[in-house]
Amino acid sequence: MSEEALLAIENAERIFGGGRTLFGTQLPAVHAVQDITIDVRKGETLGVVGESGCGKSTLARLIVGLDRPTGGAITFDGRDLVADAASDPRALARKVQYVFQDPVSSLNPRKTIRSILEAPLIHLLGMNKTQRAERLTELMDAVNLAPEFLDRYPHEFSGGQAQRIGIARALAADPELIVLDEPVSALDVSVQAQVLNILDDLKARFGLTYVFISHDLSVVESVSDRVAVMYFGRLAEVGPAKSVFAAPRHPYTHLLLNSAPAPGKRSLVPEDANTELPDPYNPPPGCAFYARCPRGTDECLAARPPLLAAASDPLHRAACYHPHEKTSAR
Amino acid sequence: MSGAAIAAKPAKKKATGRPSSFRLLINNTLAATGLVVLTLIILIALAAPLLPLADPDVTAPANRLQPIFSPDHVLGTDALGRDILSRLIWGTRVSLAVGISATLIAAFFGSLIGLVAGYVGGRTDNLLMRGIDMVMAFPYILLALAIVAALGPGLINALYAIAVVNIPFFARNIRGITIGLSRREFVDAARLSGKSHVNILFGEILPNVLPVIIITMSTTIGWMILETAGLSFLGLGAQPPQADLGSMLGEGRKILFTSPHVSIIPGLMIFVLVMSINLFGDGVRDVLDPRLKSGALSRPVARTAVKRTDVPEAPAEQDAVLDVKALRTEFEIGGDIYKAVGGVDLKLRQGECLGVIGESGSGKSVTAMSIMGLVPTPPGRIAGGAAWLEHEDLFALSDERIRQLRGSAVSHVFQDPLSTLHPLYTVGYQLTEAIMAHQAMSHAHATEKAAKLLELVRIPNPAERLKAYPHELSGGMRQRVCIAMALANDAKVIIADEPTTALDVTVQAQILSLMNTLQDETNTATLFITHDFGVVSAICDRIAVMYAGRIVETGTTEEILANPAHPYTRKLIDCVPVLGEPGRRLDAIEGRPPVVNRLPAGCAFADRCPYVQADCRSGEIPLTELGRDRAVRCIHPLTGEGPNV
Repeated sequence: MSEEALLAIENAERIFGGGRTLFGTQLPAVHAVQDITIDVRKGETLGVVGESGCGKSTLARLIVGLDRPTGGAITFDGRDLVADAASDPRALARKVQYVFQDPVSSLNPRKTIRSILEAPLIHLLGMNKTQRAERLTELMDAVNLAPEFLDRYPHEFSGGQAQRIGIARALAADPELIVLDEPVSALDVSVQAQVLNILDDLKARFGLTYVFISHDLSVVESVSDRVAVMYFGRLAEVGPAKSVFAAPRHPYTHLLLNSAPAPGKRSLVPEDANTELPDPYNPPPGCAFYARCPRGTDECLAARPPLLAAASDPLHRAACYHPHEKTSAR
Repeated sequence: MSGAAIAAKPAKKKATGRPSSFRLLINNTLAATGLVVLTLIILIALAAPLLPLADPDVTAPANRLQPIFSPDHVLGTDALGRDILSRLIWGTRVSLAVGISATLIAAFFGSLIGLVAGYVGGRTDNLLMRGIDMVMAFPYILLALAIVAALGPGLINALYAIAVVNIPFFARNIRGITIGLSRREFVDAARLSGKSHVNILFGEILPNVLPVIIITMSTTIGWMILETAGLSFLGLGAQPPQADLGSMLGEGRKILFTSPHVSIIPGLMIFVLVMSINLFGDGVRDVLDPRLKSGALSRPVARTAVKRTDVPEAPAEQDAVLDVKALRTEFEIGGDIYKAVGGVDLKLRQGECLGVIGESGSGKSVTAMSIMGLVPTPPGRIAGGAAWLEHEDLFALSDERIRQLRGSAVSHVFQDPLSTLHPLYTVGYQLTEAIMAHQAMSHAHATEKAAKLLELVRIPNPAERLKAYPHELSGGMRQRVCIAMALANDAKVIIADEPTTALDVTVQAQILSLMNTLQDETNTATLFITHDFGVVSAICDRIAVMYAGRIVETGTTEEILANPAHPYTRKLIDCVPVLGEPGRRLDAIEGRPPVVNRLPAGCAFADRCPYVQADCRSGEIPLTELGRDRAVRCIHPLTGEGPNV
């Protein structure tokens, strides 16, 4: 794994709504993603975990250029990704691709698999017919599907097969970075393993870099080199997967890990009944997790904690004034 | 998940010989009649130049107003002595041509506006749609009159007027569909494939909108013909001497009382023509409309049909609250029989939680739904077996008794609380309704009880929360309300179908521990359907693993997790990543489960099983007892390390 950052996100922010009405009243705004600073290095898998509504999918859309940030900067390979997405979306699409959560709805029901997979080859790479035929065989082989599936329609496929087609489409343009937005959460467990294994093989074979977004902690743990935990649009904790899962520092990460069911684990440690997220239209001034946090103090209520590195591990950062230290692991 | 499993079936059968769209259309008697009549009319109209007809425009004052069945004129003659039959056929030809061309023009421009407005959105959408609104704000006939007045009378001008008047209808319809489609993921995917906007609009979205355009066209042609007739009737369409159904009607109006046939015949023709088009159009819509296609037209009855070929004998002694024996539930779709549940035995004791685990399509939800007759009929039916709730065979009870038991002795908690709760009523109203449906109690008492129930499920400030609408509560709170509702009438059995799958992990943990506590407090038995071994570990005492409609293994949670005997159970446990063991290579199960309308002989898992032997593929594999409460449907069960051959 090299140290250069392939993707650098700096203070990225995406606000939905806002602005003013015709009469000058302020419209409500939701900060879907706020103040996110994170690098993705070449060849690594960055796992992004968080619960629904934490802004992880918005972040994903920002990275592939399907949405534009309202603030901050995103650079890919040294170039301004946001500007590129506006001026030459095709150039960006050749380098950064996306795998969707719902495999069936991401395939046009009225197109054959061949025409779905050929689209990036024609529009992004400008290949001729023989090149395309060759590439299609390669792609189908890469995701372990029989070539005769090419002339079928999406509804003839199971969820797992459809997701492999989605992966093949992302691979088609030979990108460097693939953003996977909950790629296995719509799949059955036995199929989930097939897809995860294929993703793993492809990464090694084509030297890919992944941003892997999921709400499932065990899946993220099994695929990631580094992990970012998001809460309420911000980063709660970032660090190498091993240390985040073995010795989580942010109380929210603790809560997540303790809540996750695992075979053979009888008691889940629940928190008190308060699981409400703060009102997104009226975010609290301090730490967003304060209301649910067992360690909260007045300090947390007053100002937002910055993302600080642990004394023992400079790569392991948490946005908390009172983080758990190494000894208090699960 | 159950919905998905059931919904997946109609999609599957498409490949296995679903009747074609045309067959479906022909099966609809009204639509078929419409099609036959319409075809006949069109054929006659097209053949007009070839038929031995009198010239429709030649006047013969000597022969004026002959009655029908006159020797030379079958349908008589009009005020100028022209042959009505000839004029009728030529007139129909004109009316059809105008109606169809006007529809095509309106469909083309209307769809184009709708597509662009829906896809581009924002200001363009606003501008286009406000324009459309302005056109719609005029009474249509007035607008058509204005256009004809401006352009001058004539058939072609009338055609334009009618087309323009109908553009908004298409534009609004198509825009609505396009908006929905352009937010779909495949459009984003096409953008990332490098397609341009024009390419996406016409290459990706248009093919999906096309059926709607055709449906809209089939229902508007009749209307257009009526409008053409209307304009011609007013003298603004076809000009004399040209015949057209509307102008024939107009000419006959003056002599309606002396020679009614002159106006009645074209009137009847308009009626028959428009009626046949409408009947046919409705048929086309029923066949093409995806919502109707997915079964919205078939209305399931209130309870699953019970057509049992075999009824097991009641157990001598009853040690379980719910005892299901040899349950078989089938779906009959398009001539195929899907054996969703193929002989399931379940025993649920008081205060116990039994987890039914399996992948989608394994029949776990259908099993749960069958118990209280909630499987939709058609196409479902209970084909065999019995379910005893204490001493009553649920499949033999009257509908009234089942209605009493639903929501009282046996209640359900479903996956998505947002779609289970009614969005327009407060939580309190829904809870009191559930209580009062089963218990004779005053409203005040019921409200009090509802508040107690909310307190029971740990909802803070229950009296206030009764006034909340479902959308005002978070997902976890909503699921708590559903659980409260399930407990409202002292349920003996709660059937929970993936109750935590739609929830976040932290909320899931809470709901699971709540269900755990409640079970101890109320001593209710729970049938817990899930696909997650982690969730099962957290809540269930015993597990039944389902595969292809049958239970393949059952035992206590600890035993099954520690020592699975069926290769499928082993594989299913191994293919899930486990928190804290990131280095483990996931052991995927290759292949797919068999389709339940074509189950192989012998073991259904044989094709995917690494330990398969020749004898696995024949005969009936029985569920073998391995000890108390432990059984496996495998003739070579795993014992510890390897297969026991």
